[in-house]
Amino acid sequence: MSSSTEWPLWEVFVRSRRGLSHTHAGSLHAPDAEMALRNARDLYTRRSEGVSIWVVPSAQVTASSPDEKDSFFEPAGDKPYRHPTFYEIPEGVKHL
Amino acid sequence: MTATLALGDDALVLSHRLGEWAGHAPVLEEEVALANIALDLLGQARLLLSMAGDEDELAYLREERAFRNVQLVEQPNGDFAHTITRQLYFSAYQRPLYEQLASGGSAFAGLAAKAVKEVAYHQDHAEHWTLRLGDGTDESHDRMQRGVDALWRFTGELFEPVEGLEIDWRSLRSDWLESVSAVLDRATLTLPAGPQSGAWTAGAGRQGIHTEPFGRMIAEMQHLHRSHPGASW
Repeated sequence: MSSSTEWPLWEVFVRSRRGLSHTHAGSLHAPDAEMALRNARDLYTRRSEGVSIWVVPSAQVTASSPDEKDSFFEPAGDKPYRHPTFYEIPEGVKHL
Repeated sequence: MTATLALGDDALVLSHRLGEWAGHAPVLEEEVALANIALDLLGQARLLLSMAGDEDELAYLREERAFRNVQLVEQPNGDFAHTITRQLYFSAYQRPLYEQLASGGSAFAGLAAKAVKEVAYHQDHAEHWTLRLGDGTDESHDRMQRGVDALWRFTGELFEPVEGLEIDWRSLRSDWLESVSAVLDRATLTLPAGPQSGAWTAGAGRQGIHTEPFGRMIAEMQHLHRSHPGASW
């Protein structure tokens, strides 16, 4: 199959249960969004892994570049005061 | 017993046919979709055949004439359009059939209620592909129409009453015809002609008479078990 006739790529996000956010599960090929959703159901939620699915065309994802890794992520490393580590987590809070 | 075997064999045989697509489907995603449908059907078949006796013995050691499935489900996969047509015809039958069973008081009520959700997805999958192929390119339209025409003669058998099933067969048939003709119409496909636009019947699968490709199919399905009785891994 040549690349010009191959179906476009989609990224799949699955919410595993209520209260959690969607997380990236993987990607798949499909001719359009409707079919992508169905394929995602078959590929990623067959063992009751999810209660909700999002599909996004991979071409629409803007990603950070590995070349900019240092300027993007390095400055965060030595600033512990940016992390909420000085609080006690109240009892009964589950998804923090 | 008759009814249990009829339902169980329909599920088992169609499951095996769909399983034959593994390694051959047009795209990987579709291969998984067909295998999922096959596994749903296999689950139904196991429950049903266990109600009738030993599931392995029934699946692997019966002769061709002892199977009670309709001839529609044993038809070879053909091209992808052919497989989708078979699935469309069968799921449009199985869904209202199991809905009726689920609301009745028979021994099938429990498993039918569970299976109805699976079958609803099978039907949705088949309808989507029917629309895409029928209303797609000239070639996909022609292939889909060919499938619709070729399998039509096996659909009459679906509505022959089965002993032991408390079913309103007339309404089952009208439900089936309504949903199938609505999809074919939207897919720009032509409903084949037949008595009252209903299906003309060719099959006697419920009586154990099967079409020629079925013998080869069960030979392959039963080969391993017959060569190595009781083998497990």
